[in-house]
Formats: sequence, C-alpha cells, structure tokens
Amino acid sequence: MATTQEVGGIGHSVPRKEDARFIRGKGTYFDDITLPGMLYMEILRSPFAHARLNGIDTSRAQALEGVVAVVTGELLAQHSLAWMPTLSGDTQAVLATDKVRFQGQEVACVIAETAYIAKDALELIDVDYEPLPAITSPQDAMADGAPMIRDEKEGQEGNHVYHWEAGDKDATDRAFADADKVISLDTHYPRCHPAPLECCGCVADVNPATGTATIYMTSQAPHVHRTLFAIVAGLPEHKIRIISPDIGGGFGNKVPIYPGYVVATAASLLIGRPVKWVEDRTGNLISTGFARDYHMRGELAVKDGKMTGLRASLLSDQGAFFADAQPTKVRAGLFHIVTGSYDIPAAHVVADGYYTNKAPGGVAYRCSFRVTEASYLIERLVDNAAHELGVDAAQFRLDNFIQPDQFPYESATGFLYDSGNYPEAMRMALEKLGYEELRKEQEAARAEGRLLGIGLASFTEVLGAGKGKDYAIAGVRMFDSAELRVHPTGKAILKLGVRTQGQGHETTFAQIVASELGIPYDHIEVQEGDTDNTPYGVGTYASRSTPVAGAATAVIARKLRDKGKEIAAHLLEASAEDIEFDAGSFYVKGSPDRAKTIQDIAFAAYTDIPDGMEAGLEGVHYYDPPNMTYPFGTYAVVVEIDRGTGQWKVEKVVAVDDCGVRINPMIVEGQIMGGLTEGYAIAAMELITFDDDGNCIGANMMDYLIPTAWETPEFELGEMVTPSPHHPIGAKGVGESATVGSPAAYVNAVIDALWHAGVRNIDMPLSPDKVWQALAEAGLAE
Amino acid sequence: MTELATHTGAAAALHPVEVTVNGQKRSAAVEARTLLVHFVRESLGLTGTHIGCDTTSCGACTVLVDGVPMKSCTMFAVQANGAEITTVEGLEQGGQLHPIQQAFSEEHGLQCGFCTPGMMLTSMALLAENPNPTDKDVRWAISGQICRCTGYQNIVNAVQRAGELMKEGS
Repeated sequence: MATTQEVGGIGHSVPRKEDARFIRGKGTYFDDITLPGMLYMEILRSPFAHARLNGIDTSRAQALEGVVAVVTGELLAQHSLAWMPTLSGDTQAVLATDKVRFQGQEVACVIAETAYIAKDALELIDVDYEPLPAITSPQDAMADGAPMIRDEKEGQEGNHVYHWEAGDKDATDRAFADADKVISLDTHYPRCHPAPLECCGCVADVNPATGTATIYMTSQAPHVHRTLFAIVAGLPEHKIRIISPDIGGGFGNKVPIYPGYVVATAASLLIGRPVKWVEDRTGNLISTGFARDYHMRGELAVKDGKMTGLRASLLSDQGAFFADAQPTKVRAGLFHIVTGSYDIPAAHVVADGYYTNKAPGGVAYRCSFRVTEASYLIERLVDNAAHELGVDAAQFRLDNFIQPDQFPYESATGFLYDSGNYPEAMRMALEKLGYEELRKEQEAARAEGRLLGIGLASFTEVLGAGKGKDYAIAGVRMFDSAELRVHPTGKAILKLGVRTQGQGHETTFAQIVASELGIPYDHIEVQEGDTDNTPYGVGTYASRSTPVAGAATAVIARKLRDKGKEIAAHLLEASAEDIEFDAGSFYVKGSPDRAKTIQDIAFAAYTDIPDGMEAGLEGVHYYDPPNMTYPFGTYAVVVEIDRGTGQWKVEKVVAVDDCGVRINPMIVEGQIMGGLTEGYAIAAMELITFDDDGNCIGANMMDYLIPTAWETPEFELGEMVTPSPHHPIGAKGVGESATVGSPAAYVNAVIDALWHAGVRNIDMPLSPDKVWQALAEAGLAE
Repeated sequence: MTELATHTGAAAALHPVEVTVNGQKRSAAVEARTLLVHFVRESLGLTGTHIGCDTTSCGACTVLVDGVPMKSCTMFAVQANGAEITTVEGLEQGGQLHPIQQAFSEEHGLQCGFCTPGMMLTSMALLAENPNPTDKDVRWAISGQICRCTGYQNIVNAVQRAGELMKEGS
C-alpha cells in the first residue's frame, strides 16, 4: 500500500533507525556488557590436528593467583557435558577427553578474575599429547587404512559421514547417452570463513539464588539456542534467557552453538558468578563454523545447443564433527538447486561427506545452505560449455533459461520456482555493461597482447526453507514469527523471532507495518534477540528473515487491520463490510470523509469497543511459508590480467538483482554491495587451508586475507522487480544473493581472458601466484 | 579522578596513566602490558571502540591519539600517557552530530556498526588534511580498516559527503 515518505512504508529509502546508536558508539555488543562479580574465561586449544590425549595437569594453572577454576573435559564428563549434539545430528566434543581431532580444538578453559590472568594461566596447563597422523582431505579420509578419526563413535566405520542423492539418475543417464556433447569440470570450492568483524562470545550469568540462566551471546538464532541449551545442559527452558545483543556481523558464523558458550554457562552455574568469554580472532578462524570445502565434479549434457542433463558429484570435507547448519532432511543443504536458472530436464546429484582433522562447522557463509556451491558449479560449467561449443556465453544462457511463461517451474530435482524473468535480467546486465562493445575491445586488446576477460553469472537462489513440514532444524520447523501491539496513542511495538546482524531489521520490518497500517515507521519499535520478550523464531540466516518473518509481520498487521475495520464500523456506525482502508485511514465506502485514522482506531481499541469485542490491538502470527522464494539476477564482471604478476584487476562490475519487492531500496543495495564484496573476497583471496600435518594456515587476519577498500571494486547496480506470488508483500529476500552469484562471475572473467590460450579452470581463490602459474603454462607470462 | 584498574594481577606493578579523552582528563593505574584498547574500553568505560582481530589488521580499535589514527590494540596504555585521545563518544558535541556521523547515516555507510567508530575516526583524520578527497584518496586512507558488511562504496560516499558538510558548516 503506497505511503508518504514520512510514513516510510515499503519502497522508501528511509534512514535506518539503528544508526542513531551505532554512529555514537552506543551500540551494545556482548563484549560491552560487564556484570558485577564477573569472571573471564579463556580457552586452551590443541596445537595438534590429531593426537591422543594422555592427560592434563592443571595444577600449575590453578595455583596462579586470580585463577578461580580450570575446566577440563574430564570435569565436564562428570556432568555429562563433555559432548554436545550438532545441528546435523552428530556429536561434537565440548572439551576433548579422549583425543583431539583438529588443530584449535578446545581442550581446557581457565576462569579467572581478569582476562589477562586467564590468558597467563593457559600457558601453565600441561597437556600430554600423543600425536597421530592427520587427515586433511576427503580423498585421504576414504583411502584404505586411513586412520579413523571418530573411533569413539558407536557403529562408525572408517571416516564416511553421509551419502545423499537427489534427482533422477536413470533419466539423467538417458540424457547423457543422447547428448551431442558433454562438458565436464572438476573444481574445489575452497574452505573459507565468514569472519564477521566481531568474534563470537558470551556473558553467561547463572543466578544461584533463582536458578535463572541469562546468557548474552552472539546468536543468530537465540530461540533455537535456548531450546538446545535446555536439551544439552538439562536446564529448564523457562529458566533460560538468551539475549542476543547487537551483533557485529554474522554471515552464518553465529548460527551454531560453540563449546565456549557451553563451558562459560557451565562454569557460571558451578561457580555462581557471571562468566565472560571473548573469542580471539585466531580462535574464531580455526575453530568456529567455516564454509564450503566442497570438491565438485559437474557434467553437462548438451544436444542441439540445449542443456539436456546435469550430473554433480560432491565430496564434502566435514572436519572432525558433522556440524553443518542445515535443514535436517537434507545432507548437502539445498545443493540440488544446481540446475540454476536453466531449463534442464534431467539432473542427478550424488554427495558424500567425510570426516577430516579440520575444524567442524560447515556453515553457510552468507548463503542459503550450499546454494553458493551449486550456483558456482553450474555457472562455471555453463561458461566453459559456451566456450567449448563456440557460442557466446550470454547467448548460450539466453538459449537455455527457464522462460518467464514457464513459472511456476518445477526443476528436475523437485524445487518449484515461484517467479522470474531471467532473460530480462541478462539483457539489462548486458546493456549496462556495454557487452557488444566490450567483446570488440577484448579482441582488440588481445591483439595488443593484453588479457581482458568478461565473466557472467545468472544465479537463482532458493530461500526461506518452507514448508515447515518439509524443513526443520534440530526438529524445529522453519516457520518464523511476529508479534505486533499498537498502543493506545497509535505507537507500536513489533517483536520478532529473527535477529538482525546489520541487515537493518529495525527499519525494514517497521516499514512493512507502516505500509499495512499507515503508522509512521519511526513510531514502530522493533525488538529482537531477547527470548523472554519475543515470540519463538528460528533465526536470521539463509536470507530467511524477509521471506519468513517479513511475511509474518505483514500477516499480523493485516489481522490487526481487520480488527481495526470492526472498530471503525462501530465508531462510524457502519457495517464492517463497508469499511475500506487506505494509507492509515479507515473510511466508509463511498464516503471518504466519514473516516477514522489508525491512531483513532488504536485509541478506541482500549477505550471504546463494541460489546463483546476483546480489548486491545495486538496479536502474534507464526508464518509457515507455503514455498521457498527464488531471487535471481545476472552479474557481469570485466577484468584485466597483469601478465607480469598474475594479478587481475576488476575493471567493472554490473549487478542486476531481482529480489521481488524491495522494502527499503537503500538497504537492499547495501546488502548487494556487501555480498559482491564477499563474493570477490572468496574469488580472489579468502582461504583457510592446512599443511599435511593439519596446521591451519589462515589463522589470523594477516594470513586470512579480507579485501579492504583499496582492493574492492566499484559496483554498478540494476534493479528488477518480479514479485513472489506467494509472499504476502511479494518480497523474496536479498541478503545473500551477491555472495551466491558473484564468485562465478569473477572467475569466469579470468578464465575468459585466458581461454584462448588453453586455460580451462583455476580453483579459487585466484591468487596472483596461481594465475601466474596458469599464465606461465599457457605461455602468456611476461 | 582515578578509576579502578581492571587488569591488575595481584602481584603486577601498576603504572599511572593520565590522558585527556574527548576533552576530559582521566587517569587510571594499569599494568605495563595493558593495551590501550583495554584501557579505553574497561578502565575508561568507553565501549564504542571495538576489537576485531588482535593483529593490527582490522582497524576496529582505531582511536585518535593526538589527532593521529592509532590502532589501540597495538599500543600500550602507558605509551599514551599524557596524550589527547578522541574516541567515537567524543564526536557529538552539545547534542550536535559531527558531520562524519551524519554522513555515515545518510549514505548508509554502516550496517552492523562494528567497524563504524574506527572508520569514522580515520576518515576524520583524512578530512582534516584533505577536505576534498577523491574516491582513491578515501579508499587509500581507510585501507587499514576492514568492513565486512558494506563493500566500502557507501563509506567512500559518506566520507566525501562529510567533507561537503564540513565546508557548508564552516
């Protein structure tokens, strides 16, 4: 419903409400919280990737003045807390008892009067390790005679974690048998890390008098975390309060429960004082939720210029514990969206996961459950196919897109795409880029010995993870919730089960209410993150807040509007069926001057209601999405490669996004530019890797490279709006589109610059040394 | 006034540190090894200065020491003895936002807010030297800071906008 800029409903780029505190340094991140009597916790981590633990002597640490306690796995085991469940139904050691299984694994915790003393004491803990051979790849993990990592697990044989398939194998085999040409690609989507600027941590405060546990923690999913705390720690759920305060970025890293949270809470319970744990950057990078690490083989069958079949086989490197954050019924996330934007009649996906001596976690770094890996594979494969067929990469895509009149479209792996216009997104991107001209420039440049490349990627995402009966995490269905109360003076409070980490929920969700009820957005307080004061929700990740909680917000606002019509009918002495609503005004059909404002209605809801009506103007809605949403777009990147150094410079990035209806266009564009930057980061430099002994390389921000403003390219954005037909306001979600879609565009651009010289693939990150190596092999290095 | 020293091991020797922070004289006795960022956050209670990396890489802890942007995780508090320190809490004056604050909000130069204090302080130091920075000038000046959310483009716009606002205001 259209609103004025002052009311600030959907479509207005109003300034963000949350900025007021952040620009003053008045945000409250968990580390800003200090409680009386608070103690500090530090974690001792394993220096070995794989070792038997023969004993831990904590006596020297315990003797240090200011140390209150040293917690080991043995102590936790006495309380049945040495192991905890993971989000994928496996178990994970809280503190090691039998073995350490990755470098950086949590071995012991010191609780002390100050953080400095706790750190000092770590050096006084003596651990007797017996090193074992380390496994650092799924290929090694499956080899005959490979050491078994999870030897403590009953029924476990070898290092295999799961086998999973999607799609139709026979139909796909037939398509390949019938194909003119088969294009294949083997690639590794490397391990990277979300590395939000704020590391993880908590302040756990278990009050010995009341038995209430208040845990201030960096949580993207506070309600689910409360439930898990209840199950893991055996604390009664009504006595647990999780408060997720301001979060300094999440990107998936703050979805799982980490050992630090569990030990800090247990320590507070046992000691009776609050305990703060602040993870350092090394701890963050080497032990918490990494992302990707998929070894992928893709094969594309083509007949008469049409894609007719797709095979994908995956080897996923799970680390020491299978802790992927994903809906329980799938094992490789939503990877089977791999047919992407193309009308491919047959597809088959086979995935196998293996344990390795690397950190567990498998979170989706700004991605909806492995959609990023899928999008990367298909977009790299399609680009290579176009090259091999000698067809223009844009034209090959246009020839194979799902067409606008095919929606709703059922994909070969069973997804029901809601809406889209892929050719239009491509055309807009090509026009903004000046594609034809650029292809000529590229040819001219090549004649001069310069290496220019143009990369495209036309992604389709799948967001929201509905329906609830099909998708659940740890048994909790993937609904989300909104509770809205309009106070007598017409000011409102909206409470949500999700948790913003910078996405601007306090503004965006108020704007939805502004559109539905006509209350100015800055008269609506949005609250999230406190499990005592918000309705149960499943959290913010996988771009699900707008698709699910945004829908819940619209639905509850509409319910209040319906009640408002009844109140208006009472006040205007008309029948409720005759009351119309527009832009905050309830009026009698045909007599717009017989009207009451939303503020009048709110006041009357508490002061003048018809007989038999319940007082108040408030309600809660739990929204179960009828389907996923499918944002899409085309990204185009131009690069030039330096033949002397292997460095590639991004000359231009055009990003056309269609995320359905845009609630706050300014915020949407901010999300897209952030994602394009993280996509660039992954394509160009971010890498968590390991040496043969399992030592993590990438354990601090000097080794784990994150782009600064200097390296980051400029972006030109294009907007399209194809509303989701099943979402109450037609929105699809946008937080992750650009991280999902853009890595392939950057890599395709580099490969495009080198294809003529025989280069077919370089695995990410495309660091200058790797590109230079490819140049040298192709005889292009200077 | 002298605040409680928060990092004191019982046996460690304490050193008095006196600074002028955001125009106010403050002092505390701290261990020699106390980092300036911990002194600012905990001894002075100014939690707008953040910690993101421990290796001087991210710049979330940047404060101005005698007008110069310093990563306060890589400086000891005792080294700042006698210095003038500006933190994000000192930007707003008499209820008036500093132009850099206004511009960051107007241009959507922040999302999660964690890097924002350091970004703003570094940008202020740039604008003090160069009131009309080009895109490249800004990108170079803030290249010691990491933002994970914005992709920097709106930060660059915000810094340039702040330069304009400062000229209009002067």
